[in-house]
Amino acid sequence: MLGTGRRGCSLSDVVSAKGLGLTFETADGPVHALSDVDLTVGKGEFVSFIGPSGCGKTTFLRVIADLEQPTAGSITVNGTSPQAARKARSYGYVFQAAALYPWRTIERNVALPLEIMGYSRAEQKERIARTLEMVNLSGFEKKYPWQLSGGMQQRASIARALAFDADLLLMDEPFGALDEIVRDHLNEQLLDLWDRTNKTICFVTHSIPEAVYLSTKIVVMSPRPGRVTDIIESTLPRERPLDIREAPEFLEIAARVREGLRAGHSYEE
Amino acid sequence: MDWVRRSNIVPVGVVVLAIIVLWYAFAIVLNAPWQQSVYARGEIVDVPIGQYLTDLYSQQRPVLPAPHQVATEFWNSVFMADPSTPRSLIFHAWITLSATALGFVFGTVLGIGLAVLIVHNRAMDRSLMPWIIASQTIPVLATAPMIVVVLNSVGLSGLIPKALISTYLSFFPVVVGMVKGFRSPEAIHLDLMRTYNASGAQLFWKLRWPAAVPFLFASMKVGVAASLVGAIVGELPTGAAGGLGSRLLAGSYYGQTTQIWAALLMAAGLSAGLIFLIAAVERFTGRAMGAPA
Repeated sequence: MLGTGRRGCSLSDVVSAKGLGLTFETADGPVHALSDVDLTVGKGEFVSFIGPSGCGKTTFLRVIADLEQPTAGSITVNGTSPQAARKARSYGYVFQAAALYPWRTIERNVALPLEIMGYSRAEQKERIARTLEMVNLSGFEKKYPWQLSGGMQQRASIARALAFDADLLLMDEPFGALDEIVRDHLNEQLLDLWDRTNKTICFVTHSIPEAVYLSTKIVVMSPRPGRVTDIIESTLPRERPLDIREAPEFLEIAARVREGLRAGHSYEE
Repeated sequence: MDWVRRSNIVPVGVVVLAIIVLWYAFAIVLNAPWQQSVYARGEIVDVPIGQYLTDLYSQQRPVLPAPHQVATEFWNSVFMADPSTPRSLIFHAWITLSATALGFVFGTVLGIGLAVLIVHNRAMDRSLMPWIIASQTIPVLATAPMIVVVLNSVGLSGLIPKALISTYLSFFPVVVGMVKGFRSPEAIHLDLMRTYNASGAQLFWKLRWPAAVPFLFASMKVGVAASLVGAIVGELPTGAAGGLGSRLLAGSYYGQTTQIWAALLMAAGLSAGLIFLIAAVERFTGRAMGAPA
C-alpha cells in the first residue's frame, strides 16, 4: 500500500516559479525575502512549505496570490500571471488568523466572496450550506464570530475560501494559533476535504509532523536569503489515518525534513 | 434593593445634591452685597436670619439665582406659557433645535463625504486636511456674525445661516472620526478583499463602511453637541426673533439672570437628549451588527 503516492496523476502545472526572487527595500537596507526559487506545483498536489520564520514561505504564498510582486525571475499561476489568476478568482486564501468580519454572521461571512463575485441568492444559500457542512459547522450559520472558538472560526474561514470553486487553495499557517488537539482534528478534516474535492493545496507551516502528515510534496526553506533547500516527494499513501505518524516511513520523511532544515542552518538562530 | 445597587441613581443623586447645596451657598455669597444695600437704603436693621434668607433668595435680579428660582422660571416658561408665543421656552427651544438638527445632518453628510475623499485620494488627504484643521482654529464667535451678514445679503436668513454655523462646527469631529474609521480595517481584511478581486465600491461598502460605523457614532455624539452650540452662537448676533441664543441675549440685556439660567438648563437638556438619542440608535445598530450584548 505504501509507495502509491499521487505522482501518477496528471501533472499540468498549477504554479511554476523560475529563478523567483523578492527583495524588500527597507530603511536598514535590502531584505532578501526570496532568492532564486525554482518550484512547480502540479494539479491535485498538496504541497507544504516549511522553514523557520523569515525563510520566505509566507512571502512565496503571497507572491502566488498576487499580494506581493516579485523583483526577479518569473512565476505563472494556472499558466498565466498571478495578477490574471487573482482577477480570474482562481484561488482561495486562508490567512493565519480567521479574518472573519465581526459584523457578519458565519453564513454572511461565507457569503462575502459569493456576494462580491455576483452569485445569485439561491446559489449563495446552497453553497453556504454545502461548505459549512464540509467543515462541520452546520447549525452555526446565525452565530457571530465572537460566539465561536478559535478552531471553529478558522474552519469558517476555510469554508469561506471553499465557497467559490477555486481549484487552488493557499493556506498560510491556518492552524498555527490552535492547540494540538484541535490541530490534529482539523488536519484530518483537511486531508479528507482535499481527497473529496481534488483541489491543489499550498500549505505553509512550521510544524514538521503537520507537513509530513498532510503533504504529497514538502518544500524545505531556509532564511537569509529565503530559499528552497530541499524538495521531498512523499511516499506516504493518499489514505492517512492519524496513527500513520508512528509508521517508520513517516518518521523517515520527518527525519529528512529535519535534516533539510538543519542543512539550511535553520537552527543556528 | 438590588437594582438600586446596580443603577447609578445613588452616585448621580449624591453629586446632584452636593451641587445644589454648593449652589445655595454661593447664592448667599454673591447676592449678599445687593441685599445689604437694599436694607441700607431702607434703613432696615437687625433683620432676623430667616427673613434675611427669604429676601436674599427671592431677589428679582439676583447675581446668581438660587436653584428653586431657576426651577420656578423653567416651570413657568415651559409648562405655563403658550408654546406658540415668545414667552415660552418651548418656542425658543424648537427654533434652536430645528437649526441644530438641520446643521447636524449637513455636518454629518459633509464630514462623511470629506472623509471618503480623503481616504480614497492622496492628493485630497494632503490638501484638504490642513484646511479642515485650520477651519476649527478660527473662533466661531468671530465668524458667526460674518456668516449671518453675508448670507443675509444674498437673501438667506432665518434657519439656514444658523444651520450653516452648526454645520461648520459639527463636520469636523465627523471628518476626523470617519477618516480613522475608514482606515481602521486590518491589513488582513484588506488582503482578503484583494484576493477576491473586489471592486473599489465593494471594498468600501462591504469593509470600510461597516468597520467605520462605531467611529461614526462616537463622532456624531461630539458633533451633535457642537451643532447645538453652533445654533445658539448663530442666534446671538442675528437679533433673531427667537431661539435659545436670543433668549440668552435678551436675558443679559435686561439683567434677567433667572431667565438666562432657565435657557441654559433647556440647552443642556436638549444636548443631553440628542446625545441620548444617538446612543440609542448606536445600541440598536450595534445589536444588528452582532456586537456582544
